[in-house]
Amino acid sequence: MAMKDVPDNVFMTSLDAAASWARANSLWPMPFATACCGIELMATASSRFDLARFGAEVMRFSPRQCDLMIVAGRVAMKMLPVLQRIWLQMPEPKWCISMGACACTGGVFDTYAVVQGVDRFIPVDLYVPGCPPRPEQLMAGIIALQDKIKHGGTLNGTEFGKRTQPTGPAPYDLDELIRIREANEKLVALN
Amino acid sequence: MSTEEALKSQFPQAGLVFSQFRDNHRIGVPAAQLMDILTFLKNVHHFDMLAELTAVDYLEYEGSKDRFGVVYVLVNTQSGERLVLKTHVNDPDPVLPSVYPLWKAADWLEREVFDMFGISFSGHPDLRRILSPDEFTAFPLRKDYPLKGRGERHNFPVLTRSDG
Repeated sequence: MAMKDVPDNVFMTSLDAAASWARANSLWPMPFATACCGIELMATASSRFDLARFGAEVMRFSPRQCDLMIVAGRVAMKMLPVLQRIWLQMPEPKWCISMGACACTGGVFDTYAVVQGVDRFIPVDLYVPGCPPRPEQLMAGIIALQDKIKHGGTLNGTEFGKRTQPTGPAPYDLDELIRIREANEKLVALN
Repeated sequence: MSTEEALKSQFPQAGLVFSQFRDNHRIGVPAAQLMDILTFLKNVHHFDMLAELTAVDYLEYEGSKDRFGVVYVLVNTQSGERLVLKTHVNDPDPVLPSVYPLWKAADWLEREVFDMFGISFSGHPDLRRILSPDEFTAFPLRKDYPLKGRGERHNFPVLTRSDG
């Protein structure tokens, strides 16, 4: 078929690009909202900011129906196994946004009970800074993620299986190891 | 007769320490007498509500003789009278009688004190951790527990993209 026979409303593309384009414009977020970032997430989805303009308004509370996890808020160490389980329950292809200072780094909650960044334990594609981020910031993040999805996805999602290395920081960083060792030495000295 | 006078006449040998700050009436109670005094306050003086049960760690606290203070706040719902009782327990085996038979509210409050301070309550029907995970071993509100923990918050499997 010669190019001149193709009507105006037909576009030539690769299947991978078409699939990525469709995925990017129909994200179904899983709102993992644990703190005040969750309130901003709700505001983003509601009428004033209207996440539907970017095709990501269908919040589902079943991970089986979602392809975008938005971790909004601090994650306590008791909550992390739940977060990991929900992440594993989401079908591929899936993405993760770490929203706000607490989800990204633990924020001001540098205590025994709060995980110092969810990226240590689950893969994170995009970080949204702020405490909490305003809805505009989250929407900018979702637009950036759409851009990321449109570039480099494949039809059957085979690229995910090849990413066997964790992308976040190490679960124990050097400071933490030194501190644990000092705490243990102090404990031994006390006893 | 006020509650204070009644306690003094009922338990003359108990060594109760009375103090007051504004409308806050406080009684220091020896641990051995605690159950008798609480039972007396509930059954005779109608302190029918346990408003609060918590603990304080006095490790390295200036002038303190005992390790833990356990605080009971009682309310008489008829007169509105409030009473704060404090007792002390010590290492290595801090244990108090459970007040669950007197006030059902003590159930979760005692579990919280057990979870955070490691003070156990004999006679409690279900003394498990309530806030921290079941596999947690430390008592985080003790003063000798480091604020950032002993690595508990980092002790999880790391998931990569190929896992899911």
